[in-house]
Amino acid sequence: MTNEQRLAVPDKKKSFFSSWMSFQFKEMRKNKAMYFFMLPYLLIFAVFTILPVVTAIYYSFTYFNVLEPPHFILWDNYVRLFTADDLFPIALKNTLFFAAIIGPSGYVLSLLFAWLINELSRRTRAFMTLIYYAPTLANVYVVWKIIFSSDQYGLLNGFLMNSGLTLEPIRWLEDVTYIVPAVIVVLLWSSLGTSFLSFIAGLQNVDRTLYEAGAIDGVRNRWQELWYITLPYMRPQLMFGAVMSITAAFSVGDAITNLVGFPSQDYVAWTLIHHMQDYGSTRMEMGYACAIATLLFLMMLFCNRIVQKMLSKVGD
Amino acid sequence: MARMYKKVNRSGIGGVSTLIFLIFIGLFMAVPLVFAISNAFKPMDEIFKFPPSLIVQNPTGRNFSDLFVLMSNSWVPFSRYFFNTLFITSVGTFGQIVLVSMCAYPLALYRFPGNKFISKMIITALMFNGAVLWIPAYMIMAKIGFINTYWAIIIPAFGAPLGMFLMQSFMTQIPRSLIEAARIDGAGSIKIFWSIVMPQVKPAWLTLMIFSVQSLWNLGATMYIQSESLKTLPYALTQIVSAGIARAGVSNAVAVIMMVVPITLFIVSQSNIIETMATSGLKD
Repeated sequence: MTNEQRLAVPDKKKSFFSSWMSFQFKEMRKNKAMYFFMLPYLLIFAVFTILPVVTAIYYSFTYFNVLEPPHFILWDNYVRLFTADDLFPIALKNTLFFAAIIGPSGYVLSLLFAWLINELSRRTRAFMTLIYYAPTLANVYVVWKIIFSSDQYGLLNGFLMNSGLTLEPIRWLEDVTYIVPAVIVVLLWSSLGTSFLSFIAGLQNVDRTLYEAGAIDGVRNRWQELWYITLPYMRPQLMFGAVMSITAAFSVGDAITNLVGFPSQDYVAWTLIHHMQDYGSTRMEMGYACAIATLLFLMMLFCNRIVQKMLSKVGD
Repeated sequence: MARMYKKVNRSGIGGVSTLIFLIFIGLFMAVPLVFAISNAFKPMDEIFKFPPSLIVQNPTGRNFSDLFVLMSNSWVPFSRYFFNTLFITSVGTFGQIVLVSMCAYPLALYRFPGNKFISKMIITALMFNGAVLWIPAYMIMAKIGFINTYWAIIIPAFGAPLGMFLMQSFMTQIPRSLIEAARIDGAGSIKIFWSIVMPQVKPAWLTLMIFSVQSLWNLGATMYIQSESLKTLPYALTQIVSAGIARAGVSNAVAVIMMVVPITLFIVSQSNIIETMATSGLKD
């Protein structure tokens, strides 16, 4: 009797598992058409988004100079980054610095401007949205080169000299004291990106009756209204916006190159993206470049996860 | 109804100062673009006038005509750069909208094994971007033989995770009853996709279009393309600018040509974009 029971149990388990499996297969067969719909996109997604991650991690443990086949050196690339590379600490520090400034301020400014713009009438709102989003659309760094031009014909130097604030033209993009502030101004200028649009949309969707209910429940000023009603209501947009801002803040590189050159004077605006480009394209040390890519990738993912955790507490 | 709560905690003074603040910051946002547009129409002597003026006084079309003369004399004619950018942008954008819609349709509206997993992967992919992975991507493209072809830019654009995420979020809110009704009438999944779902997600197409155009139209020099005849308009722009101060007017003319396209598209489709972005959002 007891023996039979003991035998029956694994049998039952197996039949449960196999029936679950056959159910899954049946579901898959039933939805065969769905997989065909997804196939083209997923194939490209796999090859150009997932495969590069795997490739970067794999090559980061190898020495690979393109000419010879790669060979495994385990952690050597990472050890070298932190112990034998003079430029890496500078690149890491600058990347974290730019990310810490551009990420949070771009995010908060996007939210602040979206919140203020949302109060306007419909036409003014559409116009203001366009003005604030135009820098992201246009993306013309050339204009800033003319504004920050190192002679008196640049807009900024012309203005400063004309008003008597300075006598000599300032070399904004070559002088090491001014490069970083100039870069930050330009990056902030174009930091109202996807998250800004998402916030505008999220704010317009807040249920207006909630504000009346809030006023009855004792919400006294607009800041309380924002914290207790608006922000919790648009939490999904806040989380999406955070992902967009963080990802953009960690990958500043091309904008800086366009503005102050590659490399910038004394490497004051040298970031991990530049460091990676240097090793990946000039020096052809692919394994080493992949180690930098892997680190940057992990930093982005980690930072995103942390911020998602924090944002899930907004308004609680 | 919408106005009633305002009486509770909003004063008129706050509204006016808000507007003034927004206009002030708005000027900072607009000045660089206004300056570029204005410079593009300035004659040479006005560009090198001290102090520089923000608004053009004697507008001229010289810079634009100079640009075409300059570019038709160059080794690779200007029209070629223009064609490259136009081709990459239009094919990349069109393909992305088609492939993304096809993939978002089952993910948003049907349940089947693997659905949740794929959706999670796409959200994770939003958390890093292509700039980080261009070196491994380069090695992969070299293997496939994409280097130095349009496909190195176009095909990865088809697989953009942001477009996918937005389309999927937007499709999720299509009423199931519409699809059920069509199925009862005997429509297959392809028919439902084409004649029920696609017309419903027009705002999302326009949104994908603006994001895709924004990134492809502004795409400058890339490592994937070395051959001069395949390079893009923004690349040509940086070449003109680096030719020095004598080309200041012409480079502003190119800057204006560059910014007209995405800004116009945005003006036309703004309300649709906002409608789409309202459904974007990550659930915790």
